[in-house]
Amino acid sequence: MQDIAIVSYSQSDCVRDAGAQNEVELIMPVLNAALSAVGFNDAQDVDFTCSGSCDYQQGASFAFVMGVDALGAVPPINESHVEMDAAWALYEAVLKLRMGQAESALLYGFGKSSPGELPTVMSQQLDPFYLAPLWVDTISLAALQARACLDSGVLTEADMADVVSRSRANARANNPHAQLAGDVSVETLLSEPEYLAPLRRHDCCPISDGAAAMVIMTVEKARNMGLPYALLRGIDHRMETHNLGARDLTRSVSTEQAAAAADVASGPVDVAELYAPFSHQEIILQKALGLGSETAVNPSGGVLAGNLMMASGLSRIGEVASRIIAGEASRGVAHATSGPCLQHNLVAVLEAA
Amino acid sequence: MVQLAAITGIGQTQYKGRRNDVSIAGLVNEAAVRALEDAGLGWDAIDAVIIGKAPDMFEGVIMPEVYLTDALGGNGKPVLRVHTAGSVGGSTALVAATHVQSGSFRRVLTVTFEKQSESNAMWALSNPQPFSPHLNAGAGGYFAPIIREYIRRSGAPLDTGIKVAVKDRIHGSKNPLAHMQKPDITEQEVAESMMLWDPIRLLEACPSSDGACAMVISDETLAKDSAKPPVWIRGGAMRSEPTMYAGREEVSPRAGRECAKAVYDQAGIRDPRKDLDCAEVYVPFSWYEPMWLENLGFAEADKGWELTLSGATALHEGGDIPWNCSGGVLSSNPIGASGMIRFAESALQVRGDAANQVDGARTALGHAYGGGAQFFSMWIVSADKD
Repeated sequence: MQDIAIVSYSQSDCVRDAGAQNEVELIMPVLNAALSAVGFNDAQDVDFTCSGSCDYQQGASFAFVMGVDALGAVPPINESHVEMDAAWALYEAVLKLRMGQAESALLYGFGKSSPGELPTVMSQQLDPFYLAPLWVDTISLAALQARACLDSGVLTEADMADVVSRSRANARANNPHAQLAGDVSVETLLSEPEYLAPLRRHDCCPISDGAAAMVIMTVEKARNMGLPYALLRGIDHRMETHNLGARDLTRSVSTEQAAAAADVASGPVDVAELYAPFSHQEIILQKALGLGSETAVNPSGGVLAGNLMMASGLSRIGEVASRIIAGEASRGVAHATSGPCLQHNLVAVLEAA
Repeated sequence: MVQLAAITGIGQTQYKGRRNDVSIAGLVNEAAVRALEDAGLGWDAIDAVIIGKAPDMFEGVIMPEVYLTDALGGNGKPVLRVHTAGSVGGSTALVAATHVQSGSFRRVLTVTFEKQSESNAMWALSNPQPFSPHLNAGAGGYFAPIIREYIRRSGAPLDTGIKVAVKDRIHGSKNPLAHMQKPDITEQEVAESMMLWDPIRLLEACPSSDGACAMVISDETLAKDSAKPPVWIRGGAMRSEPTMYAGREEVSPRAGRECAKAVYDQAGIRDPRKDLDCAEVYVPFSWYEPMWLENLGFAEADKGWELTLSGATALHEGGDIPWNCSGGVLSSNPIGASGMIRFAESALQVRGDAANQVDGARTALGHAYGGGAQFFSMWIVSADKD
């Protein structure tokens, strides 16, 4: 497959409530930052634009239509949208570049989760006949998964607390956009009361408002423009059944499939950014991706430090790309997820040029 | 490098106001199974599934690909969900084609749907938005002033829309899958139907339908061995512009004109009226036929209505460039699928399998638009590879 160059990435601060800022105001700063980093002005300077968002965060149909106002789409542009995390917008753009109909693309994702109660809202993602009427929220489903993991012995509560402790410390050290950061010991975390057993509040990602944007192009174009870049060497995504009772929740089979297709195992992995909204899921994902102690997992703090719903997956890829471009890593893996209990997973492999 | 791709399977459900006999999963499964049967394939032959639909609020299921994967054989495969407003049916077909045209996949299934009976789609389109004045008008209320401007500008006779409403329902009466079955419809009946948003009368507006449409898209090698004659994708394009900006041309949007030019250039179409045998164009309100005839280059500016009134777009009047032989959006409108139905019907025409077939059709246009007439997607399909 043709390699793609990731040439710039920008992410907003993760904030609990962006107040009166609307979606366009959330998007504009990250778009401008990602575009100006490579000397572009607006979407006119790329061949294709694609975004990811979810109407239910805004509580109105067509959240992405307003987003077009942020692009400078006069004259008209070649543009598309996925009602998914923007990591899948990147996937669509990669196909477009491979097809040869575009040499460059602008991707962005945005979400303003603060107006609603996100875990409850997302319960309406479930089977509308058997599950949604129960209003099982995302945290409750994750708690069931965590319980299955604890009962089967694949992880312990201390393992989960360790994930959180590392996330907070990494976020403090490396991530100016983090919502939650600091130094907190495993013992302190384990002394906290349970929230939805076996999850404690800190096992759950925070709810954040914000956006992220990225520019990709063909390697040839990046070279011609003299831009530093990270190579996107592989990208794949796989779906699993929606029937939670038919899945082994202690594994992520679809992540294993995507990792195999993206060729994660063909070289050492210096850095990995995993979209694990709950602490136990980071451990499940690490196993599914075959990552060992040589890999720095979630140096940004991951989404436990701030979760830009609909942009967090793109952010994971952007975080890995940024570290590779900065010379801090030579090969990395990024992951995005969608659906309850890691139902749908995307895996990307990035390398230094 | 764009790899050749072809439509090798097409499946549609019955379009109806209410499909109470199936769940949402049952509805999409029905279209997908029919497309696979048409292609002579099983689920195992599919490498990826690309789903499209209009706003999730129409059914109240957020990101429904997560729920629908079990009904569409998506497990263990890539499953992508496209949403580009009303143009989504067309965009989804193009994104699915991109999977194959990029050389990344050999054969994919694409499915679009809407089960509008689960909600009131018109009001789900216009619920209040934070920080914005509330339009509270539905789609017809949005487009009516634009149509009035078209009438003012072009001097089109006021019965032009009525003519389209009758023509597309007569076309639709020859398509057993169409939602509205009105073989005996008259111009008087349309003229006397309730005025909803002046100048749009009830019978000049699309219905609200349940339904799904699916296609199998294959690479060149697999297409050669397909059960039915392959329909080659000769061009595909999408264009977007903002809903509003100073000086925006709303009657004949620039995004539509440029999208048409892009797709015509790819397919080598110089004069669409001559070079195409028929077209399936997204006409949800009757007046959009003359407006799109101009926007798409079938007629000069302000002259589209002359083509409509001459019968050029009516198959049963022997027109030279029949539009919407399937009955179009005016006869069936499951919004998220409506664009793909246009794309699929254009493919059926060039395969010779359309219910209301244009004799000897070889090349056809499929068209969809959405939002405030700001998102466009189009493809040209042909029985000929090049």
